[in-house]
Amino acid sequence: MSDDPVDQASGLGPRASVEGDQASEKTDTAPAPGADAIPVSDPASQELAAETSEPSEARGPRPEASEKTDTAPAPASDSAPLTDPASEELAAETSERSEARGPRPEASGEVERELKRLSRRGFLTAGVAAAAGYGTWKWLTTRQRIDGLQWPLRRVLQLNESVAESYFGTARLTPTFPPSRIKRPARLNGNLGLDPRFDPAAWRLLVEGAEGPVTLSLDDIKALPRHDQITEFRCIEGWSMIVKWTGVRLADLMARFPPPERVNYIAMETPDRGYYVGLDMQSAMHPQTLLAYALNDELLSMPHGAPLRLAIPVKYGIKNIKRIGVIRYTNVRPADFWAEQGYDWYAGH
Amino acid sequence: MKRLVRKHPLAIRWFHWINFPLLALMIWSGTLIYWAYPIYRIGAGSHTLVAMNLSQPAWKTLHVNNRLAEGMAFHFFFMWLFAINGIAYVLYTAISGEWRELVPNRHSFKEAWYTLLHDLHLRKEPSPPRKFNGAQQIAYTLIVLMGLGSLLTGLAIYKPVQFSWLTTMFGGYPTARFFHFWLTAGYVAFFVVHVGQVIKTGWNNFRAMIIGYEVQNSAEAANE
Repeated sequence: MSDDPVDQASGLGPRASVEGDQASEKTDTAPAPGADAIPVSDPASQELAAETSEPSEARGPRPEASEKTDTAPAPASDSAPLTDPASEELAAETSERSEARGPRPEASGEVERELKRLSRRGFLTAGVAAAAGYGTWKWLTTRQRIDGLQWPLRRVLQLNESVAESYFGTARLTPTFPPSRIKRPARLNGNLGLDPRFDPAAWRLLVEGAEGPVTLSLDDIKALPRHDQITEFRCIEGWSMIVKWTGVRLADLMARFPPPERVNYIAMETPDRGYYVGLDMQSAMHPQTLLAYALNDELLSMPHGAPLRLAIPVKYGIKNIKRIGVIRYTNVRPADFWAEQGYDWYAGH
Repeated sequence: MKRLVRKHPLAIRWFHWINFPLLALMIWSGTLIYWAYPIYRIGAGSHTLVAMNLSQPAWKTLHVNNRLAEGMAFHFFFMWLFAINGIAYVLYTAISGEWRELVPNRHSFKEAWYTLLHDLHLRKEPSPPRKFNGAQQIAYTLIVLMGLGSLLTGLAIYKPVQFSWLTTMFGGYPTARFFHFWLTAGYVAFFVVHVGQVIKTGWNNFRAMIIGYEVQNSAEAANE
């Protein structure tokens, strides 16, 4: 490397400097291995290299160029400390030059100044970004709540629901298992809506929103095609168990007692309305969505939701309502017990 | 003689520092979900070394009990940002060529072993002064693969019917949940080691992750 400061500054004299600039440009657009060893960096440094190379094309010691190099950086970095990449270039070049010549206190000062400038910019950006992040978090967590959830969270749950519905396929089934995998006895969880004064003999299923009024006994329901399935029951808490359900398809019931017009939702309630769920039509019409009257080959026990409950493997357990009293076809998004407590209304798989 | 050397591209620094709070939020909301059914443990057979659980008083003191609904809502909110940032990072490293420094090569494993010995004070020679040594290459690639694993096991337990093939691939729903949990534990372990290494390596190295540049002595530079 030449010791001539003019050549160094020119960018033409010492080839290494030119190459450095090219490599640095590459670093910015497509960082390549080894590029980090090159001290210069910003694309704008190209400009400076071009500028300074101009005088040197004359191939003679040009004091102006040297002077420019020596005086330019300080004011530039002072006047535009956050944006002026030219000064970075200068600092780097200076340090390179000093390497060739041995330690130079002024050059060391330049590196320190440049480091300060970069640090100021970097840490200022980091501080602003951190403050913005914290502010966003504060904003998010203090929004007005809809059914226990800040509205942006609610909105995203609904967005997730739209995404899920867009790829939902009723042909995609939950896996079924051999009888050896059945968990006996099935775990019991919750008795919401199960009024102990309930009289199963007097029970009828009301279907609301069909052509005419529909009141069905358990035998009426059993007249529909019977289906058995050994599927996984997944609680929203995280546990799961494999159980065998016997019942009729909700889709078959709806086909037998259809609504006069297309509807989007099905609501279900216990007779005392102590528990209620809302279902989207896709999930309700899934072939594995059963109105079940038997669990693990035995008629439903009272705690498991006799005489009729929902077995819907495409939803979490919370949607598998026990002791159904009313089924209603509706275009109004039905109320849902747990959705009102901050849970996702859709809660689907 | 000191000089400034460009180390971390701007994009990588943004991806890294955006990922940090997002991963923290995913872990935090994930634990709120986990406490609803905290069954995992470290142990063998009937012997449990560490139960991944808290006592009732601890739950209440930390105020993390009965927050399943909230945990799920936050988890299914930030999952998008976490996934998008992670995918963008991988695409960036792939397109920019940065991956060449990050992905381990055939020397990385031997080098990582030496680095480990050095860090344990069993070997004198320090790691080579490259941007990422073998141990770092392995760690930073592994963490990306773990991220992919979290996305996939997460999807497997989020939509176990529509993506039942994925759930089955991970050995079923409970097993997918198991992997999803232990990957998270892996992040926590990574975090502890990572922060420890950053503290040990010092301010110049840490600052480079903020400002992009590192100060190098010419003696070091001569090595390269």
